[in-house]
Amino acid sequence: MSANLKLRFFAKLREDLGTPAEDLILPVGVTTVGDLRAHLTARGGAWATALAPGRALGIAVNQEKAQPSTSIKADDEIAFFPPVTGG
Amino acid sequence: MPVRVQTEDFDVGTEIARLRRGDPKIGAVASFVGVVRNVNDGDSIATLTLEHYPGMTEKAIEAIVAEAKSRWDIVDVGVIHRVGELKPLDQIVLVVVVGGHRGDAFAACEFIMDYLKTRAPFWKKEETPEGARWVDARASDDDAAERWAGRKKDVA
Repeated sequence: MSANLKLRFFAKLREDLGTPAEDLILPVGVTTVGDLRAHLTARGGAWATALAPGRALGIAVNQEKAQPSTSIKADDEIAFFPPVTGG
Repeated sequence: MPVRVQTEDFDVGTEIARLRRGDPKIGAVASFVGVVRNVNDGDSIATLTLEHYPGMTEKAIEAIVAEAKSRWDIVDVGVIHRVGELKPLDQIVLVVVVGGHRGDAFAACEFIMDYLKTRAPFWKKEETPEGARWVDARASDDDAAERWAGRKKDVA
């Protein structure tokens, strides 16, 4: 079953990727946050640089902090962002 | 308050009075106000722009407040965080903790700020004479938050 994911990008990551959000059909074989990051990195270009494995990034699934092992499913909202700097 | 994200400025006295609500059991009010500095990492700052993740921000701060309430004997907490474009001298963030006694109020206030800086999804971009740049996260902020992890809860 195909499913729509809502991707969101914030701050420097949003600028580097040139977009604040994207709707994506859940790619075959992608079941975790780590899988999704690898899938996006494989697009190359700015994606490969901004989401490179060594880069410290925060990830949230449905607005809750997630880990690479966190599973994703239909209609999830998945956000990628740089380490936070509020306060 | 209890948790607000807003572009508008805030008045500390008004917010404290609102949180105390004339409750005579409250013997301690601890507050922290974060303010925009005019220098960061050696460069002068013209403006500081705060971006956040609406929805997650409020949930993240509410979770931090809930944890503070479970760790310390306090009556209530208010948090205001501003977003958008700010200038040096502007207030950025307010944390107010009211409770029976100062020890728990001070600790809870510091804990909330330390966790907010490392867990709430805000990002700062500063305008300097060299151009605009995103502020990097500081290891010292991670260390400040980390020191609470090993502490025994004051309230079971």
